[in-house]
Amino acid sequence: MARTNSLRRGPVAARRVRRLPVVDAFLWLVRIAAIALLLIGAVSSISSARLSGQQWRDLVVFGIAQGSVYALVALGYTMVYGVLRFINFAHGEVFMIGAMTGYFVTDGLARTALWDAAPILALLITLICCMTVSALVALLLERVAYRPLRGAPRLIPFITAIGASFFLQYTMASLFGTSVKAYPEVDILSGTFDVLGFRILRVHLLVIVAALSIMAGLYLYVERTRAGKAMRAVAEDPEIARLMGVDVDRTIARVFGVGGAMAGAGGLLFGLVFQNVHFLSGFLPGIKAFTAAVLGGIGNIPGAAVGGLTLGMVESMGPSLVLVGLGIPAAHQLKDVVAFLTLVMVLIFRPTGILGERVREDRA
Amino acid sequence: MALLEIRGLTKDFGGVRAVDGLDLDAAEGEIVSVIGPNGAGKTTLFNLVTGMTRPDRGEIVFDGHGIVGLRPSQIIELGIARTFQNVRLFPEMSVRENVMVARHCRTRSGMLKAVLRPPSFRREEAETREAAERALAFFGARLVGWRFDTPARSLSYANRRRLEIARALASGPKLLLLDEPTAGMNPHETGELIGLIRRIRDEIDVTIVLIEHDMRLVKGVSERVVVLDYGQMIAEGRYDEVASNERVIEAYLGRKASPA
Amino acid sequence: MTTVVEAPAAAVGSRVVMIGLVGGAVAVFVSANGMVEAFSERELLDGLTLGAVLLLSIPLLVGYVAGRRQPELEGFATRPPGWRNPATGLLAGFISGVTIGAFVLLIATVDLRGVLLNVTPELVRDDPRILTFGLEPGAGAGLLVGLFAVLGGLAGAIQVLPDLWRRAVLAAVGWVLAFGLMQAVVSQVLRGLQQQLRIWTEPLADFLYDTSGALSIAGITVVAVLGFCLQLLGSRKPRALVNARLERLTDRSRRIVRVAVLAAALLLLGLLPQVLGSFLSEVLNIAGIFLLMALGLNIVVGFAGLLDLGYVAFFAVGAYTTALLTSPQSSLGVGWIFWLAVPFVVLAAAVAGLLVGTPVLRMRGDYLAIVTLGFGEIARLLFLSDWLKPTFGGAQGIIQVGDITVGPVGVRTPQAFFYVIFVFVLLAAYATYALQDSRIGRAWMAMREDESVAEAMGVDIVTAKLSAFIVGAVLAGFGGALFATKIGSVFPHSFNVIVSITVLVVIIVGGMASVPGVVLGTMVLVGLPELLREFEEYRFLIYGALLIFMMLRRPEGFIPSKRRAEELHEEEIAQDEWLKTQDTGSRPEPGSRPEPGSRPEPS
Repeated sequence: MARTNSLRRGPVAARRVRRLPVVDAFLWLVRIAAIALLLIGAVSSISSARLSGQQWRDLVVFGIAQGSVYALVALGYTMVYGVLRFINFAHGEVFMIGAMTGYFVTDGLARTALWDAAPILALLITLICCMTVSALVALLLERVAYRPLRGAPRLIPFITAIGASFFLQYTMASLFGTSVKAYPEVDILSGTFDVLGFRILRVHLLVIVAALSIMAGLYLYVERTRAGKAMRAVAEDPEIARLMGVDVDRTIARVFGVGGAMAGAGGLLFGLVFQNVHFLSGFLPGIKAFTAAVLGGIGNIPGAAVGGLTLGMVESMGPSLVLVGLGIPAAHQLKDVVAFLTLVMVLIFRPTGILGERVREDRA
Repeated sequence: MALLEIRGLTKDFGGVRAVDGLDLDAAEGEIVSVIGPNGAGKTTLFNLVTGMTRPDRGEIVFDGHGIVGLRPSQIIELGIARTFQNVRLFPEMSVRENVMVARHCRTRSGMLKAVLRPPSFRREEAETREAAERALAFFGARLVGWRFDTPARSLSYANRRRLEIARALASGPKLLLLDEPTAGMNPHETGELIGLIRRIRDEIDVTIVLIEHDMRLVKGVSERVVVLDYGQMIAEGRYDEVASNERVIEAYLGRKASPA
Repeated sequence: MTTVVEAPAAAVGSRVVMIGLVGGAVAVFVSANGMVEAFSERELLDGLTLGAVLLLSIPLLVGYVAGRRQPELEGFATRPPGWRNPATGLLAGFISGVTIGAFVLLIATVDLRGVLLNVTPELVRDDPRILTFGLEPGAGAGLLVGLFAVLGGLAGAIQVLPDLWRRAVLAAVGWVLAFGLMQAVVSQVLRGLQQQLRIWTEPLADFLYDTSGALSIAGITVVAVLGFCLQLLGSRKPRALVNARLERLTDRSRRIVRVAVLAAALLLLGLLPQVLGSFLSEVLNIAGIFLLMALGLNIVVGFAGLLDLGYVAFFAVGAYTTALLTSPQSSLGVGWIFWLAVPFVVLAAAVAGLLVGTPVLRMRGDYLAIVTLGFGEIARLLFLSDWLKPTFGGAQGIIQVGDITVGPVGVRTPQAFFYVIFVFVLLAAYATYALQDSRIGRAWMAMREDESVAEAMGVDIVTAKLSAFIVGAVLAGFGGALFATKIGSVFPHSFNVIVSITVLVVIIVGGMASVPGVVLGTMVLVGLPELLREFEEYRFLIYGALLIFMMLRRPEGFIPSKRRAEELHEEEIAQDEWLKTQDTGSRPEPGSRPEPGSRPEPS
């Protein structure tokens, strides 16, 4: 009896009952500091009129163009996450491979007569090539690396994806070299338009229009077609979908394929804007596109578009608007810091994103 | 004053009211069974009491402390330990370690002590180990000896349930919440558990609240039975009283078709 | 009792074709990406370059895998070994051979150099025609097909041997490869021993290796026989014998034995840098710094289950703190001695750990990984930025970091530095063991297994997570401090995300939560590429492939922690795993809870 009694209370009885939520206090402090810095920076840079209205408008256009590329890549993250609750870390590399393909195809086409005779057609052919190659890579990735791990604890496929990401990067490096590959000039894409007082580079207009139409197409595909319905069903509940006769494996593969194609398109557009690509080109845009997906509400297709555009704007305006206002020199160097801080802040304070629909979580 | 007093406890999950203005007491030394059809809010009730879910409204007073808003780790320190409906052990840890984890709230040594290993640390480790082995010894020879060092995942289903109870016991609780302790057990094992639950109450006098579907166990151990339906208490009393209660039968079987 | 169920012939056939094609694809890949060519600079075995060994190991692996017998499972009869094993191996090898042969013919006729940079003329067109062993493309392709088929068949034939002999053959092959790759180490050790201890070991090096550094025929024979015999003899018995002896001793004498063994080990390690000489000591030092980080990350990821991809940030904090405090050129300009800076490294790393740890407290595993990755990049970009240039020196970094001094003596040679690193690593390893077996260690593991249950069982999640972050950060900080003083300067480009990934690969491949695994993982994955520079270019390619492979095949690592190893010996579990893959199509994981009742326990 005495033996078992000592089970009851240990040597130390309960002492603390309530503890000050230090962590919450800290997070509130961070939140307030972030907002304060944001406001101070913005107010001081606007009032100092360091940049002209024209320059601001240029930043906006650039932000939208950049953002639409992010949006295209973010779609892949968001769709895969929606269906598998899994962050496809290697998606940035699928994007990079799209951009690489774009380089090789345009480089090849630039030596043919087609390039000057029908540049639009040439670009269209390139686009199709990029989308196809990226989709194939994404499908291969799913089949080889992710499918065998379905149902494993979350971190296992995630680590696999990290491995896949590095494998793809250095595969490209070892096959095609580590040099920066410059896209050929596209005559019809140089020059600017003037729209409502905004001076828009032609290439930016192309990027925005192409990205928006591809996304609209995807939206119709997911909402209107049978395959799209199957995707939504699997996202809702794979088991039930299977019982209802949906081929889950095939649907998931299709999600990867479609996401890969979007990333391929994004890769080409990225290449057209920045005129170059190399084997590490996918890493930062990949993480930023993931940020965009989270920002818009991961798992949510329109959210990826909203998040992409938002992040593009934040990144293009943030340094000039906030950091310069705070008196930080060479603020453009901190562009990526702004993007990463956005990611961190969103995940800490609003993990559901802007269009915040909380996706189903599988926790036992 | 009862050990556990629940007043007006309410919890919504998106439009579904899982627990609805519930009042419930458990007196010291009592064994109370909570029964009710699936989705009646029984497990939610446990989650609310142990702090794993935060209630929307209502009060929970345990041993004189209002415990709403405390973190689960603080609540177990006050003396409420639980098991889970779908056995949740630490599968890669050994049987003994699983139980030793539950002593966390009764021990204090930190990282510095762990690295420097002063005598006070060794003493505390030895005590933790002993307490864990004692809790495991409650189940006779089943979880002792060579089984101490086997990983929890290699145990049989019934042994996993037992290990979960041992783990809860090791934390030195005043109130033990058992969520369907016999789910998946065969009749023989269930019978054994009836005796065991009584022994736990008698030997280390803890108050026990259990959720159960097996009426044999409910009948066998409980001094009081509480019936929940749609998050509300629809009946309360001794087993035979409750068993013949009109509303209870209705909740389980549905309303009798009214004569046309 | 058991019913004979044999897999249908068509399934076997398609499996073999699949394995053969995968092997062929790998062969084409390593040829096209320049690995074979880069590796053919080094002669590994008498007359065979490392490149050739790489290429020819493919049919061996393919044949070995294709010729494998069916796993022994209840309800399935194992087909007795026979002609089928070498035959399937031969077929798979042949298919691989045809694939690579076709590639040879392709690059002989079409110039792919414009796209595939590493498809150089030296592969098949011009001498030395690396891929075809000097033959014309046509004959070379034929040779490859034949060679692949024969080697595939040979490897398949190994499967016919009884387990004991099969393992011995594999051991012999492994020993030969290891001795070939480690030529620099082995011959240096033999030479060093002669210099230091005046024992007659140097001629042994000349016997094993010929002048080009390749393992000589005689060397191959000796090493293979040695590996073969040791494997045959060494199966468990001696260790059991030693343990039994130890059991019989009294507590007191057991302690004496333990101390003696420890002292001997320390003495040997103390001698090590002298024997190894400065180049190898340098390699060892680089590996040691990574080992320190790996031990730290092992606590964060292996014990606490928090996947931190921004781990390099703490390394950077340690390095910059040291540089700021010890360099007279830094913005602080105080120029302290190293040891005075160490407490501040601990402090700075701990604060950094808290800063990264606090915001991610409520995040789930994969989000946590990405956010920590973000923090790591933020740290690097800030160290690099012009904004903080006055403090951290921007891209120019900080130079003239102070040397470590012991009393009046400066630690300058790699050999001397080894001792400093060794002390830190020893402390970290001890701390790992001590923490693992303590209240906080159990709390970490419980949290890794199931966070919400751990909290319900009384584990204070906030404290547990933050303490894991802090311990990990401090160990990485030590690594950074040693790194800064070893190099003598710090530059932001040293703190790339690649460092975090390298450390992660080390602990995953070595075996999470297992100290010996982490040590071996570091030596092989960090030490070996330093030794064999031709690996450098393909290092991350191999890391990536290894990560994928490990997750698919052995998530517990090559040297799993003691507990997991014990588990793996339970056949019952292997069987359950197999059964599970059959009904769900997914593979089970160490972390997953088995279905109720799926694992009957013998009572």
